[in-house]
Amino acid sequence: MSKSKISINQLKLWYGESQALHGIDLGIAEKKITSFIGPSGCGKSTLLRCLNRMNDHISSCRIEGNVLMDDIDIYDPSVDVVQLRSHVGMVFQKPNPFPKSIYENVAYAPRIHGIASKGAEMDELVENVLKKASLWNEVKDKLHEPGTALSGGQQQRLCIARTIAVKPEVILMDEPCSALDPIASAKIEELMDELKKEYTIIIVTHSMQQAARVSDFTAFFYMGNLIEFGNTGDIFTKPKQQQTEDYITGRFG
Amino acid sequence: MNKIVSTKALKRRYRKEKIFKGAAVFALLLAASFLVFFFSNMIGKGMSAFSQAEILVDVHYNEASVKSYRKAVDKPYRKIVSRGWLRTLPLYMEDNPEVMRTTRQEWVLATADVDQYLKGYTNRLKDKHKQQIDKLQEEGRVKLAFNTGFFTRGDSKMAELAGIKSAVIGSILVLLVTLAIALPIGVMTAIYLEEFAPDNRITQLVEVNINNLAAIPSILFGLLGLAIFINFFGVPRSSALVGGLTLALMTLPVIIITTRAALRAVPSSIREAAYGLGASRWQAVFHHVLPLAFPGILTGTIIGLAQAMGETAPLLVIGMMAYIPDAPTSFTDAATVLPAQIFTWAGESIRAYEERTAAAILVLVTILLSMNAFAIWLRKRFETRW
Amino acid sequence: MQQHTMKRFDEELDALREHVLAMGGLVERAVGNAVRSMLEQNEKLAKKTIKRDRAINALEVQCDEMTRDILVRRQPAAGDLRFIMGIIKLVTDLERMGDLSTGIAKGTLYSLENPPRVFSNLDIMAEKVIRQVNRALDAFSRGDTELAMTVIEKDEGIDVLYKRMYREMLTYMMEDPHSISSSIILSNMAKNLERISDHATNIAEMVIYIEQGHDIRHVDHEAAARILAGEDID
Repeated sequence: MSKSKISINQLKLWYGESQALHGIDLGIAEKKITSFIGPSGCGKSTLLRCLNRMNDHISSCRIEGNVLMDDIDIYDPSVDVVQLRSHVGMVFQKPNPFPKSIYENVAYAPRIHGIASKGAEMDELVENVLKKASLWNEVKDKLHEPGTALSGGQQQRLCIARTIAVKPEVILMDEPCSALDPIASAKIEELMDELKKEYTIIIVTHSMQQAARVSDFTAFFYMGNLIEFGNTGDIFTKPKQQQTEDYITGRFG
Repeated sequence: MNKIVSTKALKRRYRKEKIFKGAAVFALLLAASFLVFFFSNMIGKGMSAFSQAEILVDVHYNEASVKSYRKAVDKPYRKIVSRGWLRTLPLYMEDNPEVMRTTRQEWVLATADVDQYLKGYTNRLKDKHKQQIDKLQEEGRVKLAFNTGFFTRGDSKMAELAGIKSAVIGSILVLLVTLAIALPIGVMTAIYLEEFAPDNRITQLVEVNINNLAAIPSILFGLLGLAIFINFFGVPRSSALVGGLTLALMTLPVIIITTRAALRAVPSSIREAAYGLGASRWQAVFHHVLPLAFPGILTGTIIGLAQAMGETAPLLVIGMMAYIPDAPTSFTDAATVLPAQIFTWAGESIRAYEERTAAAILVLVTILLSMNAFAIWLRKRFETRW
Repeated sequence: MQQHTMKRFDEELDALREHVLAMGGLVERAVGNAVRSMLEQNEKLAKKTIKRDRAINALEVQCDEMTRDILVRRQPAAGDLRFIMGIIKLVTDLERMGDLSTGIAKGTLYSLENPPRVFSNLDIMAEKVIRQVNRALDAFSRGDTELAMTVIEKDEGIDVLYKRMYREMLTYMMEDPHSISSSIILSNMAKNLERISDHATNIAEMVIYIEQGHDIRHVDHEAAARILAGEDID
């Protein structure tokens, strides 16, 4: 296993009175794809949202334990959440491009983070990012048309492009293909494979086949606990825990 | 196959459905017929106010007329030509000295009674004048012309001279004040409550009270305006400023509620997308949420303003139900508004005012309908962007 | 183990298991009959054994179809995946065992003209091999890895028996040239039995893989890598 990019230590999380995560310990390998699987409500999305502090917006949410990214605790008061999110990007379940032009969608984050200014510099950045997201050939002639006019799969790739525009180190993906058809999903998966050369990717997915296809490591969660974590190949052929076995063979509940 | 043949129970179900549908259609027809009745009544009464009787007479512009304006027309016409119009002549001659010492044949305004007689309504015209009008009509010296004065003149005690200009300008000034006050405060309040405020007892209390404010009888806002703006802050009574401020109080909850609804209608995925890219709360709201909510906010604002425009009760209390012949030129001038003008005219006993009341109602309703139509257009135009 | 959420999946897996066990039963019987036909010099039984091999082949095809169907429709994972993979291999072993039994029965037919004077340890060896097959199938149906280990351990004994019998046949052939053909037939039969035992061992190994997920086949990954890299190994 390569070096841990993120290490989660005894992370506990409460929504009001109910505990959603019960002491998670997990290391996320750098420049690998790690998938989180488990039944609905098992805490996998919650954990994902802890990694870029998306849960900060929920007032009843309380956290114990720590999350170290490159040995810095991201919940330390000295860490600025806006800064953190430029290092840890996020792609959501439903493709959610801004109802602005394709160009603006990509240029937005670099602009607010002051990475590129207007003009040629920004044009170049937008082009590079769209190429990286393998979207350039499809949209180069309509950069100023609204991003929402693209197909679902293209929209999701635009969202990925928008995320990598600020050169994050980690990309979090929350069921990125659940709203897409198999072909569009396959394109996203292909893109993920390409992106893992530069980024550490964590994906939450309900499709076990997808987890098996794309990820290097798989973590199985149940009822807010990390049940098993390991090589994807091992998890899908010979899981050590009975609960994991039952879940991935479809023997659950 | 027996199951497909309709059974008794099934027939009963269909009958119930039919009865329910019939009742709904009946209710709709009833409501529609009320509306049709109202409009046809108003149009029937009001349309005639858009034309006005004029008489072709010789007008003498000379010193004698300056001294006594009645002498500007020949004696037989003095009873049928509008005295109000004649009264404007000396001033007109002062402004236009070149017309002095000439006699010109001109179409001049007839009295309200002549007007009503020509339109076939009841009037107080003496028989000899009626014959005179009939004779003039045969000579083609009497006509019903488009009543431009209705739109270019203020209120008047002479029915034939009375127009809605001052009321319309009053309304515009009042609405400007209302808009300038209620829109920024309302939108900001809504943004704070919806996007920034913590979800605790205090905000819940504020929310409940805002919703209640929208349901308070409007006359109470008038009393509030009287107590605060006039008595405490000393804003001039009857002015567009105090009217606008009072109506702003009334419109505020409407704008807050509709703005919050518009903000809530923006999918949370947009907010998440912005946060996910490292936008601050403030940036997420102002860069993404607000532009998307804008059509909704605008629609709500227009509807709120339309409501304010039709309001009379609170204005009654702050003295805007007044006789204002001249259009106000500033926010502190005494002013009246369209619905107040309608109310005043509706109280007049002279028949000529009755048709003007209906005409003013038509104008008001037209403005309100077009404001609502504009709101709907805005919504349709921008809403389907995501 | 818990039931699948999809009950149909459970039924399909059960049906597959039944098929494999039925095939195993046929193979077991075929081995016994083939050897018995030799010992009794029973032509009828030999022909019957040869004929019944077709049923074994048909069952193999059916099992292949069922596994393919499950792979496509259920995309099995973990234990289910290992079960399916194990069966794909196991079925081939069973089919080979059937073929080898046919070989023995054919030997009987050749030996009818010139029957061997002694059958040496063929009966003992056959008995042991049939027990191996029986144990392997039991281990599969019960998921009994200990029993599977026994099968693997006992394979060596069969090898020893075969070698002993082979040497014995050599001496017969040297003594009396007339016995050459019957001795070759007998020695081939012993070879077939030894191979059948090897296949039973394969089945036992698959049972362990299905149950525990590790491959205990004798593998030398390093040597494989070096050979693939073009190196010479000795």
